[in-house]
Amino acid sequence: MERIPYLRLENITKTFPGVLANYSINLSIEKSEVHAILGENGAGKSTLMKILYGFYRPDTGNIYLDGTPVDIRSPLEASRLGIGMVFQNFMLIPAFSVVENIALALPKLNVLFKRSEMEERMAVVADRYGLSVDPRARVWQLSVGEKQRVEIVKLLLSGARMLIFDEPTSVLAPHEIEGLFQIFKNLTNDGYTILFITHKLREVMACADRVTVLRRGSVVGTVLRSDTTEQELAYMMLGEQSLHLDRSTKKPPEGRSKTVLELKGVEVSDDRGGLGLKEVSFSISSGEIVGVAGVSGNGQKELGEVVLGLRRCRAGSVLLHGNDATQWSVARILGEGVACMPEDPLVMGVAPGMTAQENMILTDRMNYFRHGGLFIDWKAVRAEVERRVENFGLPIPNLDTPVIALSGGNVQRLVFVREVARRPSLLIAYYPTRGLDLAATKMANDLLLACREAGIAVLLISEDLEELFSLSDRLIVMHRGEVVGSFKPEETDRLEVGLLMTGSKAP
Amino acid sequence: MEARMRAITRVGTGQPARLIRLMGMVSFAFLAVGIFLWAFGKNPVRAYGEIFQGALGSTYGLTELLVKMTPFILCASATALPARIGLINVGAEGQLHTGALIATWGALTFGDLPRGILLPFLVILGFAGGAIWGSFSGALRTMVGLNETISTLLLNYVAVLLVEHYVHGPWKDPASFNWPFTAEFTEAARLPTFGSSRVHFGLVFALTAVVVLYLVLRKTRWGYEMRVIGDNAEAARRAGIPIGRYIVLTMFIGGGLAGLAGMAEVSAIQGRLRPGISTGFGYTGFLVSWLASHHPIGIVIMAFLLGVLALGGDMIQINLGLPYSTVNIIMALIFFIVLGSGQLKKMGA
Ligand SMILES: Nc1ncnc2c1ncn2[C@@H]1O[C@H](COP(=O)(O)OP(=O)(O)O)[C@@H](O)[C@H]1O
Ligand SMILES: [Mg+2]
Repeated sequence: MERIPYLRLENITKTFPGVLANYSINLSIEKSEVHAILGENGAGKSTLMKILYGFYRPDTGNIYLDGTPVDIRSPLEASRLGIGMVFQNFMLIPAFSVVENIALALPKLNVLFKRSEMEERMAVVADRYGLSVDPRARVWQLSVGEKQRVEIVKLLLSGARMLIFDEPTSVLAPHEIEGLFQIFKNLTNDGYTILFITHKLREVMACADRVTVLRRGSVVGTVLRSDTTEQELAYMMLGEQSLHLDRSTKKPPEGRSKTVLELKGVEVSDDRGGLGLKEVSFSISSGEIVGVAGVSGNGQKELGEVVLGLRRCRAGSVLLHGNDATQWSVARILGEGVACMPEDPLVMGVAPGMTAQENMILTDRMNYFRHGGLFIDWKAVRAEVERRVENFGLPIPNLDTPVIALSGGNVQRLVFVREVARRPSLLIAYYPTRGLDLAATKMANDLLLACREAGIAVLLISEDLEELFSLSDRLIVMHRGEVVGSFKPEETDRLEVGLLMTGSKAP
Repeated sequence: MEARMRAITRVGTGQPARLIRLMGMVSFAFLAVGIFLWAFGKNPVRAYGEIFQGALGSTYGLTELLVKMTPFILCASATALPARIGLINVGAEGQLHTGALIATWGALTFGDLPRGILLPFLVILGFAGGAIWGSFSGALRTMVGLNETISTLLLNYVAVLLVEHYVHGPWKDPASFNWPFTAEFTEAARLPTFGSSRVHFGLVFALTAVVVLYLVLRKTRWGYEMRVIGDNAEAARRAGIPIGRYIVLTMFIGGGLAGLAGMAEVSAIQGRLRPGISTGFGYTGFLVSWLASHHPIGIVIMAFLLGVLALGGDMIQINLGLPYSTVNIIMALIFFIVLGSGQLKKMGA
């Protein structure tokens, strides 16, 4: 007799207005495997997972659990069936402690719950699978990795047998990613099933048993990890597109360059009133990429904000083109040619309910003001936006759709293109390739190099050392709000930078 | 990539679709109240008949409807403008009162000026009275972070009490037999009415306000920047849009519009300041604005609908022996259904 897979999807199709997100998906998931779902941004991975989790209803198709058809009408139903989802934005209450959060999520909780008993149950699960978190800590005090572990414990205690992770690594630091994969292994050894969504080949190769590749809403194929290579997976994922990421097209900047930005002994407060930046001094010239290496949360956010005029200096000064810009308003600084691609484009860079076109001119809107700034010349805007979409190959089918309907990767690209297209003299780029798939990463990197060639000074803030080393002309390393190192990339290596970043080596 | 999988289906989400949905919800509210009336042994068809007959069945009803709609529209505009940048101004009632108060001061002090000078001056004073009250809340929000919903609500009580103070005290007309009235305005201080009806020039203010609001929001750079603030204040701040200035300014203009409503009530309808110049116009205006999703044209439509209900309330009281609060229940139900369905949509249900 044929073996019945743990979970089977048959002919699942799901459309959104104007978009075919999933088309006739067939997929089998075995018990206790790590099954990776691989695909570029917009391939339909999240949609498929939300169907499994009862958040969306498919237009057609069936779902079978252990051979019986099931109708997953709601997340509650999914959780009753033992299907749990670890969200990217964790569903936790910041002011509550870890145990309280977990207790809240349990279906059969007595009105009076015993904290000690709860902590014990937590400890058992935590020990067994390597999910250590202090049960008494308040959730707001936890790092992202810890919050993720709390989510997992929560799901395990509420009886989930199959855990869905939608791009869980995009928020994690490198060492935390390894820890997560170890947790996957521990869980599958005990009979749990893991569905792992990603667009990163390396991660698939590091942790999956089987891989299903999605492209444009359809399944390209399912393969055993042990039978495949990164090359083959990339080919399945991208189709005919070229794979070649030429990261070495570095040209030395031509001609004489001028100092665009200079920071002199800058000190600012962080959000909690502590010192966010300590005595930071450095400068960037036109046509130069200065990479800022560091674990996020070590002053990168404050650095960009002080340059943009969003945060005031406690001491020191900021010079733009040689002029003291320490007290300038944000509008004036933007007007002087400073552009920023923020760390979270959807939250910081766009008005999600407004159209792609309207968002495309958010930071250079002044150029389209007419009649003394009373009206906006929407005709000129339209022409310019169409030109940008065309020139930069932005995959936005309709300029009048609200940005919220675009995929996260496309929002990121829109903001990036917007900031580059207005020809700034200084571009502050936060994690320009974070969360992007291969093709988009290449585009973003090429764009940064093109900026440099065009004489734009680029401040590149990234956690990806590979990217920093291949793009930067100069590297500075930040730790606890201080610049603890400043090198040419060829003068140092990843190990040294890595140690400086984590404070393991004195500067 | 998305370009290639475009357009399988397309569901209308534009203005007409929204209007149809809104009308559906309003009908639902009427149906719900109808069942309620029927359960209490009243004939709902007749009750509704009376309501619409009362408002729309005679010239008198129609003109009274316009009189009611005037403050509704102005107060709704006072709510809608700040709402565009995410502020919740529940203070139109107070702003209406301060507008009436300051305009009254002008009318009592400069009553002898010629009409051509006095009336425009009173209009400015009425606007300023409301504008100062509104921008006070805006400034508190900008400078000390005080929530504008709370400050506007509390300032409503202050404004109403200020009016009480002046009509009971310093401005009481000696000839009023101890009633809390100010002296009657001079003829020059009376806003003109149309024909023999009570429809007054305030209606022109209201309609102008709606048209200007529409144009500003749709066509101008301010409308654009306000939409950005309302949609994502953080992105607006990072794009160099002066949020604090917009907060004070929208509360200033919004308050001013409510102030105009107050000025028109004393100058056109009452001819003097006295307590109870507003029967909750500010709050009804708030309701109108939210029902209309703060859209200028929607405001006129909703003001019409609530105007009909408010007038009809009098009719069913007289003809059917039903309490006026029946109408309040209908309004509240409409409000809940509209807000509730908006909330559901946001949650993705
Ligand atoms: N709620 C939604 N409404 C409209 N379109 C959506 C919605 N969710 C996703 N889409 C579209 O469906 C496609 C697949 O999206 P998604 O499943 O999020 O992709 P992935 O997770 O693989 O990046 C994209 O084109 C996206 O824009
Ligand atoms: Mg996704």
